[in-house]
Amino acid sequence: MAEAALKMDPVADAASAPLLSVDNIEVVYNDVILVLRGLSLKVPQGKIVALLGSNGAGKSTTLKAISGLLKTEDGEITRGDVTFLGEKINQIEPDKIVRRGIFQVMEGRRIIADMTVLENLRLGAFTRRDNEVKADIERVYEFFPRLRERTGLAGYLSGGEQQMLAIGRAMMARPKLILMDEPSMGLSPLMVKEVFAIIKKLNTELGVTILLVEQNARIALSVADYGYIMEQGKIVLDGTAEMLQTNEDVKEFYLGQGGGEERKSFKNLKSFKRRKRWL
Amino acid sequence: METQLLFQLILNGLIVGTLYGVVGMCFVLIYKASQVVNFAQGEFLLIGAWTCWWLLTAWNIPFFWGFLIAVAFMMVFGMAVQLVVLRPLIGEPIISVIMVTIGLSIFFQALMKWMFGTFAQPFPPIFTVDKVNVLGLQVQTAYLLSTGVSVAIMAGFAWFFKYSRMGLAMRATAFSQQVAQSLGISVRQVFALSWGISAAVSAVAGVVVGMVNGVSSALSYFGIKVFPAVILGGLDSIFGAVVGGLIVGLLENLGQFVDSQYLKWGNLYEIIPFYALIIILMIKPYGLFGTRDIERV
Repeated sequence: MAEAALKMDPVADAASAPLLSVDNIEVVYNDVILVLRGLSLKVPQGKIVALLGSNGAGKSTTLKAISGLLKTEDGEITRGDVTFLGEKINQIEPDKIVRRGIFQVMEGRRIIADMTVLENLRLGAFTRRDNEVKADIERVYEFFPRLRERTGLAGYLSGGEQQMLAIGRAMMARPKLILMDEPSMGLSPLMVKEVFAIIKKLNTELGVTILLVEQNARIALSVADYGYIMEQGKIVLDGTAEMLQTNEDVKEFYLGQGGGEERKSFKNLKSFKRRKRWL
Repeated sequence: METQLLFQLILNGLIVGTLYGVVGMCFVLIYKASQVVNFAQGEFLLIGAWTCWWLLTAWNIPFFWGFLIAVAFMMVFGMAVQLVVLRPLIGEPIISVIMVTIGLSIFFQALMKWMFGTFAQPFPPIFTVDKVNVLGLQVQTAYLLSTGVSVAIMAGFAWFFKYSRMGLAMRATAFSQQVAQSLGISVRQVFALSWGISAAVSAVAGVVVGMVNGVSSALSYFGIKVFPAVILGGLDSIFGAVVGGLIVGLLENLGQFVDSQYLKWGNLYEIIPFYALIIILMIKPYGLFGTRDIERV
């Protein structure tokens, strides 16, 4: 049995290839600032993958490298490949990447403040030409009933409602892969729970694959299937969500638990700093 | 007799004002979509009018078709200007872009003088009656037509930005180019389209004014008159451009009334919009309808 699994024929291999794979990419901003130094990760079809790490580790940059939005910020992929559905997408313009089925929900929601909720949703479907847009708007309202009542400008929505609108707008594009950048930013703990329940629902009910960047490691790992932890532009640890949740280092640095008695005192700060470097 | 003149001038002001409003909208369209202050807006009127005039006089095409061809040509022309001249300037300092549009303005003026001469050329007569009587006031038939067309264009713009896919995409691009791209909108397409629409609609205004006054480089002064209108309205507000246009049109004509009846300075109507501009900007620096960003607290 084990041998049969190893000798898969190429066709079956292609079918089991991940939806998105990022291979050893290097990203440079303004031609000088090296942000990602050889980052690789894989996002399998139909899964939620969490990308965790501290501020400035390069999580958002990774997402922008995939969605192509890097180009709008004077950054570029100088080495490595981003492969989506078996095709390289490193050098493609961001609007064409959306057409291929990758949609990024940017950090800080970025809904269009001077448009109504409905106009924002219709813009989410900009790349579509079919006539099921109305039905999809209804579906978004079923996911987020409170958006239906908001008829004013989107700029006056609460933070949580804006996040819902941003996710709803992503649903309107019917993407294969949603890149979600810090959905919990600036939300109350209760609202964070609600938003993550919706992310899980998106994945299970609509079958959307999600790559999730998050500061709140605990809640991210609770919905994710697989997780990557990055520091200073590199992946330092990866594994299934259960594995990461029980890993002692992750527990200590990202989940704020464990770590034994000796690390709770300032006397042992040196040991903490050394440990913080991971490898 | 004086009230008769006053009403006549108010009516003229409203008619010319709607034209200013339409050209103002075109100006705002380009500014909103691509953040370019287009100093060559008046030349779009000029080129459009000359194209139509040339089609009518040299080829004897019926007015309706000549008009349509001229507008279609200007659509393509506007996009071409954006593609060839302004696209390479994306990301350059705003002052460079402004200098380029000023350069374009001078270039097109000279080009038109070289091609068609410096004298005003009358349009071949299009309407059987030159003037019609509206409630006892004389109105040029061409202006009557222009008001109808202007109102239709304004309604078209309102529909376009509220309901059409590309209209929403343009508003998204005006909000943030990065957000627009994240939604799958090609910002380059939006830029080109905004220039195309702007040039085409300006050509409509150019033809109408040309029908009344004859076609000459004086048409491009319209582009200068439109500045106080759009700045009054707030530079980034399409609705503001229309209101600003009406205000400028009315002010001009009221200025003429006051001047001819009482002051006898001569030419007050030329400068009064600019006086009003200074006063309004002192009170409302964002213009009448200019939006400040929504801050959610």
